[in-house]
Amino acid sequence: MNGEAKKVVLDPLVDNNPITLQILGICSALAVTTSLFPTLLMCLALTSVAAFANMGVSAIRNRIPSNIRIIVQMTIIASLVIIVDETLQAFAFEASRQLSVFVGLIITNCIVLGRAEAFAMKNGVGMSFLDGLGNGLGYSLVLILVATVRELFGAGTLLGVQILPLISEGGWYERNGMMLLPPSAFFIIGMLIWVIRTWKKEQVEEAEYQIHEVHRTEVM
Amino acid sequence: MSEEHKAETAGRGARKGFNRESIRNVLVVAVSLSLVCSVLVSAAAVILRPLQEQNETLNRKKNVLLVAGLLEPGIDVEQTFEQIETHIVDLSTGEYTDEIDPSGFDMIEAADDPELSVAIPPEEDIAGIGRRARYAEVYVLRDDDGAVEKVILPVYGMGLWSTMYGFIALGPDGSTVQALKFYKQAETPGLGGEVDNPQWLANWPGKRIYDEEGDIRIRVAKGTVGAAGGWTGATARGGAAIFQVDGISGSTLTSRGVTNLLHYWMSDDAYRPYLEKVWKRSVEQAT
Repeated sequence: MNGEAKKVVLDPLVDNNPITLQILGICSALAVTTSLFPTLLMCLALTSVAAFANMGVSAIRNRIPSNIRIIVQMTIIASLVIIVDETLQAFAFEASRQLSVFVGLIITNCIVLGRAEAFAMKNGVGMSFLDGLGNGLGYSLVLILVATVRELFGAGTLLGVQILPLISEGGWYERNGMMLLPPSAFFIIGMLIWVIRTWKKEQVEEAEYQIHEVHRTEVM
Repeated sequence: MSEEHKAETAGRGARKGFNRESIRNVLVVAVSLSLVCSVLVSAAAVILRPLQEQNETLNRKKNVLLVAGLLEPGIDVEQTFEQIETHIVDLSTGEYTDEIDPSGFDMIEAADDPELSVAIPPEEDIAGIGRRARYAEVYVLRDDDGAVEKVILPVYGMGLWSTMYGFIALGPDGSTVQALKFYKQAETPGLGGEVDNPQWLANWPGKRIYDEEGDIRIRVAKGTVGAAGGWTGATARGGAAIFQVDGISGSTLTSRGVTNLLHYWMSDDAYRPYLEKVWKRSVEQAT
């Protein structure tokens, strides 16, 4: 893998993460992360859709008329999402029922359309595939972190295996019900953004205004 | 837009004389893309259909076991399912029939087959299903003495957006609800979609379908019903609590759909002749 390709895949993991830096795709990050297994499937679904949609858009980028380009991108994305949804229903029936509408909602995920429009329309097929893959992985990384925290502290389990013994079953852990509710994902993602921006100072956005210190002499 | 600019926006590698923005190209791209995508999508749907159907069947058996109260984590669904008798009932007489092989019969598919189904007159079609199969598959669970413990009947009907498919388990009197469960619906998630919420479905066991006169009284009430009393228990509007189940907030139309589909399937046109026979047989056996 040459330097540029490596950058395209690795950049969206931390340095240019679609969720923590660009704050895209938050809705599904809140909805599907109550337990780890459906989250993993969701990540797989989104990553494959993002990668192949980028590939498809890039392959015909020189033919797409600019006034119907968004609809063309949506058609490619929607077809891929249906294929992924059908595949999940065939091979992962239980989990696909848990994910319910959220697989279908990948169609409206800003990350997928954003990458198709911003990257795949201007770059080659191979690079676009890698870009979709990288952004999918960046999304997955955040979702998996959030789901791990939520399932572990919300239910005391990971992938359904009991890790923290619950009080109700004779253990010592009182499960945190809030973790299973959508707001907890906001808190976790917020804290994640805080940690990343403390570590990578360059991600901190410039303040939109500065508090001006007023000296007594100025007022006079 | 100047000609030069047009050529530029046509992008690298474009053929000479090829205009990306022309109506011709718009149509060519739109039509060919739609064709390619529809072929891919239909191919996926057709190829994966058998596997999905297998999952549906297994899920159906699981739901029957769940309604029967036999589903526990880690059990072998196929094996446990053998405890349950599957019968085909001729709905016009309420008798079991051997004319149809239960293993290949699906009453929902059969409802579309003119030979196997009858049209429901519009004024009677409160469940909004149009046609129904002439036969239905019912599941019977017997106790150790061979007496009927519960009968499990498939029921379905329109909610607000979607047809809701479910099973209802009734006791040997053919009237007391043992359990209700919906296994397929596409109502609004969080509102009507709560019809498959186990907490709401837990309100159903113990409710009665018919009153002493044989009228169908079961309904989903608006709001809460209060403590389930006896025949004259705490009443909400229009009757005793034993015939009423709490409504789901924000889903009046879905709740109405549940009431309607039960009213249809428990009527003379559907399961009632069969349920009366179940009840008579259990009385005979007891005396």
